[in-house]
Amino acid sequence: MMLFEVERLTYRYEGVTAVDDLTLAIPEGSRVVLLGANGSGKSTLLRLLDGLIFGQSGSILFRGDDVSEEHMLDDEWALPFRRTVGMVFQNPDVQLFNPTVFDEVAFGPLQLRWPKDQIRERVDEILERLRISHLKNRIPQRLSGGEKKRVALASVLVLDPAVLLLDEPTAALDPRSQSEVIDLMVEWGGGSKSVITATHDLGDLEDIADRCYVLDSGRLVAEGTPAEILADTALLRRTNLIHAHRHQRGEEVHTHPRR
Amino acid sequence: MSDFHPNAKGGFIENTLEGLHFAIERALYAEVSASRTGLLQRLDPRVKVAGLFAMVVSVALATKLWSIAAIFVLAVALVAVSSVPVRAVASRTWIGAFVFSGAIALPALFLTPGTPLYGLPITLQGVRTGSFLVMRAETAATLMLVLAYTTPWTHILKALRIFRVPVVFVVILGMTCRYILLMLDTAHQMFESRKSRTVNRMSPAENRRLAIASSGVLLHKTLQMSDEVYLAMQARGFHGEVYVLDDFAMQARDWFALAAFAALAAASILVGR
Repeated sequence: MMLFEVERLTYRYEGVTAVDDLTLAIPEGSRVVLLGANGSGKSTLLRLLDGLIFGQSGSILFRGDDVSEEHMLDDEWALPFRRTVGMVFQNPDVQLFNPTVFDEVAFGPLQLRWPKDQIRERVDEILERLRISHLKNRIPQRLSGGEKKRVALASVLVLDPAVLLLDEPTAALDPRSQSEVIDLMVEWGGGSKSVITATHDLGDLEDIADRCYVLDSGRLVAEGTPAEILADTALLRRTNLIHAHRHQRGEEVHTHPRR
Repeated sequence: MSDFHPNAKGGFIENTLEGLHFAIERALYAEVSASRTGLLQRLDPRVKVAGLFAMVVSVALATKLWSIAAIFVLAVALVAVSSVPVRAVASRTWIGAFVFSGAIALPALFLTPGTPLYGLPITLQGVRTGSFLVMRAETAATLMLVLAYTTPWTHILKALRIFRVPVVFVVILGMTCRYILLMLDTAHQMFESRKSRTVNRMSPAENRRLAIASSGVLLHKTLQMSDEVYLAMQARGFHGEVYVLDDFAMQARDWFALAAFAALAAASILVGR
């Protein structure tokens, strides 16, 4: 069964076509990467998939149901959808608006009306898992970039969503934090969950994806397994995912592709 | 919390940065203060919201200066027993409220017809009218500051919903609070970046140009960020209603406090007529 079916979707804002006549299908339980350079439309597509914004034409089906504005305004449809689909934004600051880290992580479960004892237990558990228990009483705005990213991740993972949408999850993280986030994504749900990641980072593609969709100027330009996409140097260069890198060692100049 | 004020010794950018830092500290301070152990912090948020609003209404309805002054003294006493530094309230509320309400009240001193005071071009009735305005503003601001400094913001919003305040109003209130923090944060980052590219002191004309350009960019950036925050809230199931983890439960002390607030508000209105 298909998790998401996107059919001829177009989204424009302020005169820019961010998603242009896009058609793709994401199977249930898959780990998918939306690959593209800055401005390719991958973040916009994630927001469209999460029912936060709506295209001017075309459609998105979630397990066969239309992800429409009407549906999102209907609690009976929207609440189960929000329980199932979680999204981590690229900029953690937009996700942190509560007075303490604990309140921040508890925000989602409260909105979805979980029992309060379960919320307390689950928040403690996820803070422990992400090794940020010591931050629970801190003001989120005062944390470092890496800590903010972990809190933002915790605030979504606490909901244990069956579908996780991640927008540049390792952006602006130090190498150790990047590797920890990647490990978490690999282990998440023991392989039973669907994870859709928007990124331009080719480094961990094979670890986090079974399938890649390459976007350029809002259009789908290629799809394939990570190995297939990584082997297509011309495609990666054309879509600005790699570039020619020059070294100069004394008199010698050496050029090679760089991610 | 550091309790410093921006000084005027640095350049425009330095002073703006220091002022923004001070404003952010002040905005975040309320949450810290609300988690302290004080008399009002122990009360049910519904009692505080209802009781302190009732006191504000009584201040607005009172027609005797001494009854407003009595409530003002009571508000200061509440500040003192709720682990909120009186000095912080004085610097953050009383001066501001005095300057703004004083500016509005000033013309009344000269324009209100009545008995001239000590041969000056002001009248006794004018002074009385001005004093009412200033005292009402000072007292109401102090009462609301007591509420803000002793109650977590989310609890205030939830209490407002319990009192059937429309969800649209509560959402706007909640988003405004988040918007202010975002705006301060964004402005702080903008001026830090500007400082890193500024070597010498700028001329007053350059300062003005920078201030005008920054305010436009700041508004645009903050609105954009605010939209993103709202989307992130929606993504986690937010649809306007306020939920908090703590259950509100009225205890004996809450009923007693509610009765005391009601009695004081009623007495102030009746005696002050």
